[in-house]
Amino acid sequence: MTVESTLAAALERRPPPLGGFTVTIVRLEVRRLLRNRRTLILALIMPVIFFLSFGLNTSYATDKVGHGNESAFVMISMALYGAVYATASGGAMVSIERMSGWSRQLRVTPLSPVAYIVIKMLTALVLGAGAVGAVYTVGLLTQKASMPAYLWVTTALCVWIGSLVFAALGLFFGYLLPSENILQIIGVTLILCSFLGGLFVPLKQFPSALQQLAPYTPLYGPLCVNLM
Amino acid sequence: MTDEVLKRISSPERPTRGGQPRAVDLSNVHKSFGSVEAVRGVDLAIHSGEIMAFLGPNGAGKTSTIDIILGLSQPTVGDVEVFGMTPRQAVTKGLVAAVMQTGGLLKDLTVRETALYTAELFPISRPVDEVLKRAGIESIADRLVGKCSGGEQQRLRFAMALIPDPELLLLDEPTQGMDVAGRRDFWKAIRADADLGRTIVFATHYLEEADAYADRIVLISHGRIVADGTSAEVKGLASGRTIRATLPDADETALRAIPGVDNVEVRGDTVLVHSRDSDLVARRLLNETNAHDLEITARGLEDAFIALTGDAADEPSEERRAGK
Repeated sequence: MTVESTLAAALERRPPPLGGFTVTIVRLEVRRLLRNRRTLILALIMPVIFFLSFGLNTSYATDKVGHGNESAFVMISMALYGAVYATASGGAMVSIERMSGWSRQLRVTPLSPVAYIVIKMLTALVLGAGAVGAVYTVGLLTQKASMPAYLWVTTALCVWIGSLVFAALGLFFGYLLPSENILQIIGVTLILCSFLGGLFVPLKQFPSALQQLAPYTPLYGPLCVNLM
Repeated sequence: MTDEVLKRISSPERPTRGGQPRAVDLSNVHKSFGSVEAVRGVDLAIHSGEIMAFLGPNGAGKTSTIDIILGLSQPTVGDVEVFGMTPRQAVTKGLVAAVMQTGGLLKDLTVRETALYTAELFPISRPVDEVLKRAGIESIADRLVGKCSGGEQQRLRFAMALIPDPELLLLDEPTQGMDVAGRRDFWKAIRADADLGRTIVFATHYLEEADAYADRIVLISHGRIVADGTSAEVKGLASGRTIRATLPDADETALRAIPGVDNVEVRGDTVLVHSRDSDLVARRLLNETNAHDLEITARGLEDAFIALTGDAADEPSEERRAGK
């Protein structure tokens, strides 16, 4: 082929379909997230350990809460915490990407901004599914958590899909704070929100002022839905 | 000064390719950041197949201009076309790729994953293993980017730029942080590429690289193009030679009086005389003074660079001073 015809052919090239989105990229992004040991521990291992320490205590584990028991309630809470941490840190990785100049590099490729956000959201959802899956699997295996079968499915889905809101929070933080420490900031924020939302300690044990505040914190709502 | 230079050197004539659009067409491009004018009216046509070096001191407007060609920023005034379309359209079609100076890599991906990621983004791409081999990094394909040396990372950036098989490759200080052998290999790869008809534009601080590898050199200073031509043409702008001699107690005034001399510098026992007529200066020095150890050198690209981009040579710098 001559030089002229290669240029002519090149000028006829088409932009990529789906703005550059492919499944391989999501896979690479998930692999990247899993390489971050802190994310792995905080999103997948910590919630399981919390469930094992607080969810199986014989003194209250079988007490009735809503349609299930206390153990199931702790399981849902921990899955929610893990999923939220997973999706938020997935979103927050934008911060690291902006700082390293990767975002700038991506702007010199056909990748569209919408495709980029979709990739980030899906990556966050995959890790979130891992977090929910880990806690629910341990919950099933330990046989203390009890609730109607349909609730196992709907709560898992609610927690998983609901946590996507926190991918947006992570993205927001990521664009706001270009910092290597973004994951610590996210971690502290979410632990605070989890306490205030009653995920770690039942709200009844809080001073009344904090009980009043709880409904206005972001992790309060999802848990109420799960108890209906 | 600027106008005079541009009159003397017209843009080198290249065979056009059957009416196909030029690789890059900038006309009257200005770019301001607040009150700072980084680019002040650049007209530049880059023909496809050219290897062009972009030279200029820091803050001259090189990177701003490259960003405009890449579509990373919009000119405040003026028009940009890349292969006859907008920069973003050209990027979306995979016609343009860039090697950035620093950054642009993720530490927690391996070399191969980074290349694969990039390849996935483009509609047409070269096989990952092939580009890694061409960049000379196939042996470290499974290493994490964070564990690669500066030179290895630079080669990875180059490999990424080759992935879409772009028609136009922009390199911003591409060999910074590479050792001598790495630089030679890098340019060998670039040369081989250019022979296939790729248009290459690189910004560099290494004048010898521009001299050795570019068909065309564009000198930019204070946001304006001050010279544009082949390496020989640009060097010719700083005409004359330098005569260096050992001469204790040199009489600077007498030396300046020699016809053709435009500059005299006395450094202890050494004198440096710049002149359009070096023979005359040499004859005078040897016959009429006790100068010895005479050396005559032609001025290089570096002298042209300093002469053309120095504040003294530049009219916009006065505006700058007045503005302060």
